[in-house]
Amino acid sequence: MKKLINAPEDVLRDALEGMAAAHGDRVRVTFDTPVIVRIDAPVQGKVGIISGGGSGHEPMHGGFVGMGMLDAACPGEVFTSPTPDQMDAATKAVNGGAGVLHIVKNYTGDVMNFEMAAEIASAEDIEVVAVVTNDDVAVQDSLYTAGRRGVGVTVLAEKICGAAAEEGKSLQEVADICRRVNDQGRSMGMALTPCITPAAGEPNFTLGDDEMEIGIGIHGEPGRQRMKVEPAAKIVERLASAVVEDLPYNEGDEVLAFVNGMGGTPLIELYIVYNELNKFLQARGIKITRNLIGNYITSLEMAGCSITLVRLDDELTRLWDAPVDTIALRWGAR
Amino acid sequence: MTITNDAIEEWMKRFAAEVAENRSYLTKLDGAIGDGDHGTNMDRGMKKALEKLEAADGDDIGASLKTVGMALVSSVGGAAGPLYGTLFLQMGQSAAGKSELDLAGFTDALDAGIQGVIKRGKAEPGDKTMLDALGPALEALRSAGDDDVAGALSRAAEAAREGMESTVPMVARKGRASYLGERSAGHQDPGATSSHLLLKTVAEAVGSGGAAG
Repeated sequence: MKKLINAPEDVLRDALEGMAAAHGDRVRVTFDTPVIVRIDAPVQGKVGIISGGGSGHEPMHGGFVGMGMLDAACPGEVFTSPTPDQMDAATKAVNGGAGVLHIVKNYTGDVMNFEMAAEIASAEDIEVVAVVTNDDVAVQDSLYTAGRRGVGVTVLAEKICGAAAEEGKSLQEVADICRRVNDQGRSMGMALTPCITPAAGEPNFTLGDDEMEIGIGIHGEPGRQRMKVEPAAKIVERLASAVVEDLPYNEGDEVLAFVNGMGGTPLIELYIVYNELNKFLQARGIKITRNLIGNYITSLEMAGCSITLVRLDDELTRLWDAPVDTIALRWGAR
Repeated sequence: MTITNDAIEEWMKRFAAEVAENRSYLTKLDGAIGDGDHGTNMDRGMKKALEKLEAADGDDIGASLKTVGMALVSSVGGAAGPLYGTLFLQMGQSAAGKSELDLAGFTDALDAGIQGVIKRGKAEPGDKTMLDALGPALEALRSAGDDDVAGALSRAAEAAREGMESTVPMVARKGRASYLGERSAGHQDPGATSSHLLLKTVAEAVGSGGAAG
């Protein structure tokens, strides 16, 4: 294992100290109970929005704390869900009297820890609604699995809900918008290489030099199929057909297309993926009206990408375009 | 013969030591079908639990178990934090205010803990989880006579071991291992493995004279 770290057990703390040092004008960071909070929280009268999950997916979630997106993020150990006290601290820090939305990715640990946090908040008379994202079509949604994983849609939902909260919408309204984004969104990812968590010190799975995993999870969970690497056009066709057929997205739909890098794939390749996705959707009469391209929900140094589509309506488009001012996503502000 | 708070503390020390010793093994089991952090996370949590337990005094078994539960909830994260945390919190609730437990009292506490785990994790027997080790252990305690605490606990530990081994051919239906589907068969469940360590160490702690006559 070669990594730019001091010691595996210090990774989270050292990285958070770096964030605090770099972005103290936007966020305040607590270390003993790790939480990243918007500098001006709580915003009185505004619905607070928090999210959280294991670390190693940066910039998600800490990079999305700021005006127009999250009020706080709870970073767990690498690939390990954060704890209820982190979520409780975040909930209290962002509660401006209008309640707090918890955006939770569908992983067993995240869901259970957020449930315990919601129980604590309810005992403290803070109104909390949790919405679980589960957009990964690679997983069969059945009684025999933990259900579909929450992936790319989470980033888009955080942006759109953040804008809705800034507009002064109520907790129920913001939660409904979050559910709508999740309902209208689908994702699928792929990996060219595995990744190494600092604590484990070795790759979490193995892939031959000429192999890829289609349907990979953001912690290296297995996907649908392991196969020989193909040209980008063919790979995009595999991912995009699974996504498009699942909802399904139809001719005439307008979508937000999100091409996400897993951390180890250069932007030049992500633009090749976007180009193929655009052609694939055009051929089916599906129009990309908004896009996001880059490394936003990563899996440490894994090479690969994911594709997320969200079907847009006028309101979702307006909320997507609204100003956002976070460490990693910024437009229309300042 | 009853189980005292000293025996509970001895149990926690032994469990923490077993977890530390098996840290790499648990992580390796988890790496095969999960996300490879079970040993690391449980070790971090039990170290924190022992710190808190040592700082506390009194002989209330319920309070000791709650202290362990809270420490696990607030330091483990992942799935194991809420599940083991809930197990100890509910056991603590059941044993609240008691300075000693007879076999029936301990069995009731474990039962309450397991019910908490079921409610939190929504797993059923056969889903390839910690319940597959805890459930048989509870049954063994229930069917034991009231007179021999140490013997009953050692039979429970044996049942937990068999339960742990029974997870090998199972197909996971809960947690990250469930994404593997059929590919999860052939691997022992890491949660059931740490749960076996939990039962093994309670039998050892009580059997070693941690229990008072």
